[in-house]
Amino acid sequence: MTQTVKPVKTGLREVSRSVPRLEGVQKVTGAIEYIHHLRLPGMLYGKIVRSTVAHANIVSIDAAAARELPGVHAVITGEDVLKIVPSPYYGPAFHDQPVLAIGKVHHVGEPVAVVLATDPHVAEDGADLVVVEYDELEPVFDEVAAAQPGAPIVHEELKPAGTFADLKHLKGKKHTNIALDAMVRHGDIERGFAMADHVFEDTFKSGQVMHTPLEPFVSLAETRSGKELTIHTASQSPSFVRMEVARMLGWQENKVRVRAAFLGGGFGAKLYIKLEALVAVLALIVRRPVRIGLTMEEQFYTITKHGTTVRMKTGVKNDGTIVARQVMTWWNGGAFADIGPRVTQKSGFTAAGPYDIEHVSLDSVAVYTNLPPAGAFRGFGIPQLVWAYESQADIIARKLGMDPVEFRLKNVLRDGDEHATGTIMSNAKVVECVESVARMIGWDKPFDRGTGVIRRGRGIAVGLKASISPTTSVALVTVAADGSCTLAISTVDMGQGSDTAMAQVAAETLGIRTESINVVHSDTDVTPYDMATLGSRSTYHMGNAVRLAADDARNQLLALAATYLGVPAETCVCKDGVISTSEGKSMTFKELFVARFGMQAGNVVGTGSFEPPYAKPDMTTGQSKNVTPFWMIGATAVEITVDTETGRITVDKCVTAGDVGRAINPAIVERQLNGAAIMAIGSSISEVMIFENGQVVNASLADYKIPSFLDIPKHIQAELIQDPHPTAPYGAKGVGESGSFGPTPAIANALEDACGVRVREMPLLPERVLRAIREAAGTPLESE
Amino acid sequence: MADGRKTIRFTLNGRAVSADVAPHENLIEVLTRDFALHGARVSCAQGLCGCCTVSVDGVATSGCLFLAPFANGTTIETVESLAVGDRLDPIQTAFLENAAFQCGFCTPGFIMMTRELLDRIPDPSDDEIRHYLSGNLCRCAAYPEIVTAVRSAARERATTKA
Repeated sequence: MTQTVKPVKTGLREVSRSVPRLEGVQKVTGAIEYIHHLRLPGMLYGKIVRSTVAHANIVSIDAAAARELPGVHAVITGEDVLKIVPSPYYGPAFHDQPVLAIGKVHHVGEPVAVVLATDPHVAEDGADLVVVEYDELEPVFDEVAAAQPGAPIVHEELKPAGTFADLKHLKGKKHTNIALDAMVRHGDIERGFAMADHVFEDTFKSGQVMHTPLEPFVSLAETRSGKELTIHTASQSPSFVRMEVARMLGWQENKVRVRAAFLGGGFGAKLYIKLEALVAVLALIVRRPVRIGLTMEEQFYTITKHGTTVRMKTGVKNDGTIVARQVMTWWNGGAFADIGPRVTQKSGFTAAGPYDIEHVSLDSVAVYTNLPPAGAFRGFGIPQLVWAYESQADIIARKLGMDPVEFRLKNVLRDGDEHATGTIMSNAKVVECVESVARMIGWDKPFDRGTGVIRRGRGIAVGLKASISPTTSVALVTVAADGSCTLAISTVDMGQGSDTAMAQVAAETLGIRTESINVVHSDTDVTPYDMATLGSRSTYHMGNAVRLAADDARNQLLALAATYLGVPAETCVCKDGVISTSEGKSMTFKELFVARFGMQAGNVVGTGSFEPPYAKPDMTTGQSKNVTPFWMIGATAVEITVDTETGRITVDKCVTAGDVGRAINPAIVERQLNGAAIMAIGSSISEVMIFENGQVVNASLADYKIPSFLDIPKHIQAELIQDPHPTAPYGAKGVGESGSFGPTPAIANALEDACGVRVREMPLLPERVLRAIREAAGTPLESE
Repeated sequence: MADGRKTIRFTLNGRAVSADVAPHENLIEVLTRDFALHGARVSCAQGLCGCCTVSVDGVATSGCLFLAPFANGTTIETVESLAVGDRLDPIQTAFLENAAFQCGFCTPGFIMMTRELLDRIPDPSDDEIRHYLSGNLCRCAAYPEIVTAVRSAARERATTKA
């Protein structure tokens, strides 16, 4: 397990240094704060009664037996919620999700009632006693079937939130499950196919998977007057929780305080509203603090990664030039839209891949079904698309007799090329990422191809992602009278190391040491607005805001020093808590405060606010002059072993390259790349939610296998491609998802390299692989 | 639910303690509620992820499956017992220095399991490390760094003993 981090000479002191995580000691001693551990005086534990059917009208809810159970404080249903909230629906894209089911359930596991008790075990027992009678409706589970006319309808009427312009036309629409149709039109697709010497058509499917954060979802709410609320929550988006709960209640935002601590993993699961609206309403109804923490099983019914069907048609010339690509993607959004429509659009416009293609036509639809909701999942839809276009890249290269690396390098987008959205590519190191992984895996060198029933193969893949825009981040830097510095941001550290990285940006700007900075965690009464911690956006967006805030604080300190030292501010330098002039005069921060406030007192407060450059794409063509503030590029190459008697795949080597702009903290960035790659290996070879009538039959770590020590490659390596981005803070781009792009198709490509079979459905479970091998050998297994 | 509650006495991180527990409560609930120890955490609640690993009479145990009444008369150690004041245990230092964690939720479990591994196999091979720690899951996938940290802790322990 070797590691490759190239040292870069930067002239920087804090940025580019692998500073150990600021909270590291607290993590190894177990003392770190998670909301998981929070208990409030007098609080009640809530246990959710969940729907047992996928699609039904609720006939009755009988809670009498539960209410009579000694120790049960209350049983709350949708009717109780309606008494205090006239329209108790929430969601970032559609107001489609009820706090508790009202009249109808849309998926197995949908919250129908909550039992509250001072003892969590009593609440659990009480939940078992609530009897719900359903009148079942026909469900629909498959995303393609649900998009057809005549399919069972999940929501009678579409209710877009109004936040996103491209959803407004769906308001009030009936008889459809399509929650967004996004498109890109570039060139003339029919002419493109007419020019092609070969046309390839394939359909790729991927199953629904779950984030599996080890700290399960948990939220608490408390109120003192019934006219304000404090919500403590393991959330990646405290600012959104505040706005959305306030909107739903018809309150001013400043009446809702939302705070988060460190998260025990997030990966996109803990975004938008999960349990927050429910605990808020419960606290308002019972006027006691309420805590709801989920079990691992319940997490499977809360939020997932979209299952997808991708139909891809590609035209190529004999020399391997891709001339046309048409892609239709169906995203299985489950019963509630969550952020699915944004996944559909933001990822959808990259479905042609990191390739320079003259004629492109892309369609992407978000589809409601009666499965548990799908939302953001590390990669925000990109891994499902890379899986399709990079699988097909190898199918094409193989047919044309070209080397897969050569085929990619012939077609990749280079800086200055026009992307299918019309945006001119810049600072996107696609070539370098492909070449890096090819070099690390030894693409040109022979390797052990196995013998007998054991076969070995190699595969490679590269993907690109646009950043989430337009979004806002605001930061606050406060310097105290002793010169110490506090950074207040709503970015949530869920393990990606944002506290440390943001402190490094502030420290570099202020000329102080990272380790001396205190980072205040999200508390919407204290920390300013941030859109959310998602989509690898924090380093770039919040990083820019932090840099601006630190600049502001430094400039104020320099101005003060200039006054007292009697020199122009431009001639002063700020380093290690001392401001000095070229003539050798100097003042410490502390001395400045004494001079300014008459004693050691007061603050200097710096603020920074950042919104990236961005041009909204045209709704009918998807064209935009500037569709993203920066591109993320990630490539992966793998070497695998296939046991052709069992179909089991072992990933032996996995090498990943990411275009990171500049790594603020190289050690953490490298771990993000490898961590994302290992997570993607899980959804490539072992993880998938298995459904029967909408019920997840493997909702347990016993049957849903996330990678353990025995499942990960023995050789793991990451290379950081560093090319400082001009609009990024110290050149640093987001990187948390880049490692997740390539592994899935790389493994599928390696499978074909090893034993000549092409599987078009993920994950590559042993049975699926074995069936493909036996099919190819002319000795197929009996059907399921 | 008050029925069946009983007082148990056990040794916790070197101190004699007692607690009133219900028959269905697990050890982690009691450590969290009565002793404010938060290092061992319930995640999967099925003994499959290792986040709740504590030492019971010297054996690394999934605390989420260990009923609290059975703790009566035992000696229990949690991750909080390792550091002496500000001085970290060599295993903690090794995890820290090798950045062998991201979100940190699974980390105390890994550290407790590593302690048992090194007590039993002072100089483990990489395969022995992977196998011994295979019952502990890390969703952030700091696995490569954990192997490095365990090797480093083993070396440090050998040096200290020599």
